Amino acid sequence: MTEATARKPRIPIPGVAWLLIALVAGFSIGAPGFASGANVSNITQQATVLLLLALPMTLIIMAEGLDLSMGASLSLCTVVLAATSLATGSLALGIAAAIVTGTLIGVLNGALIAWLDLPPFVVTLGTLGVAQGLALLVAEGRGTTGVGGGLSSLWTGTVLGLPIPLLFAVGAWAVFHVLLHHTRFGVAVIGLGGNREALRLAAMPVRGSLIAVYALGGFFVGVAALLLAGRLDGGHPTAAIGTEFDAIAAVAVGGTLFEGGKGSLGGTVLGVLTVGVMRNGMNLMSMPSSLQVAAVGGVVIAALLIDAVRGTPRAEPA
Amino acid sequence: MNAVATNLSLTPEQRAVLSRVLVLILLGAGIAFASSTFLNTGNLLNLLRQASLIFLLASGLTLVVLCGGLDLSIGANVALSACLAATAMKATGSPLVGCAAGAACGLAVGTVNGLLVTRVRIPPFIATYGTLWIIHGVTYWYMAGESVHGFPPAFRALGSGYWLGVPVPVYLMGIVLVLGTFFLQYTAWGQEIYATGANTEAAALSGVPVLQRRLLVYVLSGGMAGLASLVFLARLNSAEGDMGEALTLQAIGAVLIGGTSLFGGSGSLTGTLVGALILTAVLNGMNLLGISANWQPLITGLIVIASVGADALSRRRRSD
Repeated sequence: MTEATARKPRIPIPGVAWLLIALVAGFSIGAPGFASGANVSNITQQATVLLLLALPMTLIIMAEGLDLSMGASLSLCTVVLAATSLATGSLALGIAAAIVTGTLIGVLNGALIAWLDLPPFVVTLGTLGVAQGLALLVAEGRGTTGVGGGLSSLWTGTVLGLPIPLLFAVGAWAVFHVLLHHTRFGVAVIGLGGNREALRLAAMPVRGSLIAVYALGGFFVGVAALLLAGRLDGGHPTAAIGTEFDAIAAVAVGGTLFEGGKGSLGGTVLGVLTVGVMRNGMNLMSMPSSLQVAAVGGVVIAALLIDAVRGTPRAEPA
Repeated sequence: MNAVATNLSLTPEQRAVLSRVLVLILLGAGIAFASSTFLNTGNLLNLLRQASLIFLLASGLTLVVLCGGLDLSIGANVALSACLAATAMKATGSPLVGCAAGAACGLAVGTVNGLLVTRVRIPPFIATYGTLWIIHGVTYWYMAGESVHGFPPAFRALGSGYWLGVPVPVYLMGIVLVLGTFFLQYTAWGQEIYATGANTEAAALSGVPVLQRRLLVYVLSGGMAGLASLVFLARLNSAEGDMGEALTLQAIGAVLIGGTSLFGGSGSLTGTLVGALILTAVLNGMNLLGISANWQPLITGLIVIASVGADALSRRRRSD
C-alpha cells in the first residue's frame, strides 16, 4: 500500500444518502409534525451526542477494533460529573472529572487491547461491566438532578445564535477530519486496520497509536457526557445504556467496513443523521422504543448484507 | 507441579482444569472462613442450582468459542425464548407446548446467527451483537411491559424441583456435561470443531467442512439458550422482557474462567463447569457477605478482563 492510497481512501458513500432521503420523505408523509422547523432542530440537537460517540467509533472500527463500553462509560461520566459538581460546588471541576473518567476508561481499553493483544469486543464488554458497576456504585443506584450552576445551559444555550451542542458537534467533526486526513496519527489509524506490518516497517508506533485511538474515544465520551448531563441537568447510572449500539449502527450504515482501514467520516455523519431521523420519526409515529431498537438493528444487518451482496471484500469471520 | 503432572501424564488441558479446581477450593475456603452460612447444605445446593443455569448457557457458548467464534446474543435469546414459552404455555395450558416453543425459538435464533456468520460472512461479534438488539427489541415489544406468571407445578419442577434431594437443573447440567464432552472428544464432528477453531485453513485443507461446523455451533448455542430459558422461567415462575440481561456477561465469564481460549481450538466443557462454579461462588459469597448487588457488574467485568488477559499471557508464554 503506497502512502497516496493510504491517505486518500476512496469510499463511495454506499446508499446511505439515498436511505436518508427515503426516510425523510417517508416520515414527512407518515409522521405528524416531522417536517417542522422545531422538529428539525430537535433531530439535530439529539444527534449531537450520538455524533460525539460515532466519530471516534469510526476510527476505532477502521483500526479493526470495537468499543462496546461507550454507553456504560457515558452514563458513568454523567454520574461523576453530577457527583463532583454537587460535592465541590464547582461545575468546572465536575466537567474535568467527567472528561478524565472517560479518558481513563479509554486508556484502559487501549492498554489492554494493545499490550496484551486481546480481542477488543471482549475487553470492552468487560469494561462495560466495570463502568456500569462503577456508575451504579457512585450514584447508589439512582439518578441525581438539579446540579444547577449553568449545567443545563450546555444543552439549551446558544453562542452567537448557534446552539451549543451543534458547536460541539462541528468542532468534533473538524478535529476528526484534521486528525484522520492531515496527521501522521491518521495514517497510523488507516494502517492499524489495513496493514500493521507496514506500520511497523515504517517505524510507526503500532501499540501507541492503538492506545491513542481508544483514549480519543474515551475523551469524547467524556465530552458527550457534558451535553447529556446538561440535558438531564444531572447524572443517571443507566441513562446511556445501549448508546454504543446506535453509534456502531451509524458507523456501519455510513459505510465504514469492519474489515478495517476503510472508512469515511462523512459517511458516519450521514449515518448519525439516519439513525437520528429513524429514532425521531418512529417516536412521532408513537412506535414503542423496543421496536425502534429492533429497527436500528435491522438496518445494520441490512447494511452489512448489501455490502456482502455488492461483493465488498470482507475479512474471513475470525 | 510439573513433575507431578508428568507422572500422572496429564494433558495441558487437564492440568488447566485441575488448577482451576484448586482456585475453586481456595475460593470456597476463603468465603467459608468469612461467612459461616456458605457451607450449609442449603446454600451449596442453591449455589449448584445457580451454577447450573449459567453452565447450560455457557456450554453452548463454549462450542462457539472453541470453533473460533463468539455469541453475544445468548442473554437476549434466553429472554425471548422464555417469553414465548410462557405465553404459549398460558395459551394452551400445556407445559410440553411451552417447552417446544422455547426450544424452537432458541434454535431459530441460533440458526439465524449461524447463517449470518457462515453465509453472509459478517464477523461473529457484529452479527450476534446485531441480533442481540433485534431480539431485545422484539421481546420488549412482544411483552409490552407486561409479565406472564403462574405456571403448572410440573413445569416449575424443571427449575425449582428436587429429585433425591438434589435440584433438578443440576441433573440437566450433568447430562449436558456428559453428552457434550462425549460429543467433543469422541465424535468426528466434535474433533472437527476443535480443528476449525485451532486453524481454519489447515482444517479446510484436510477436508473439514468448516462452514457447516461453524453453522452447527451457533445452532447448538441457540438451542442451549432455549433450554436455559426454560430452566430460568421455571425457577422465576414469571416471564418479563428484561430477564436474562446479566446472563451473557456471566456466561462469557464462565467460559473464559474455565480456560477455553477466545482464540479458538482449546478448552473443555469441564473447564466451563468449573468456571461457572467459581463465578457463582463469587456472586453467592458477595451476597452472603451483604455486599450490594450494584457490585455485581463491576466484579463480573473485572473477572472477564482478568481471565481473557491470563489467556493471552499464557498463549504468549507458550509461543515464546
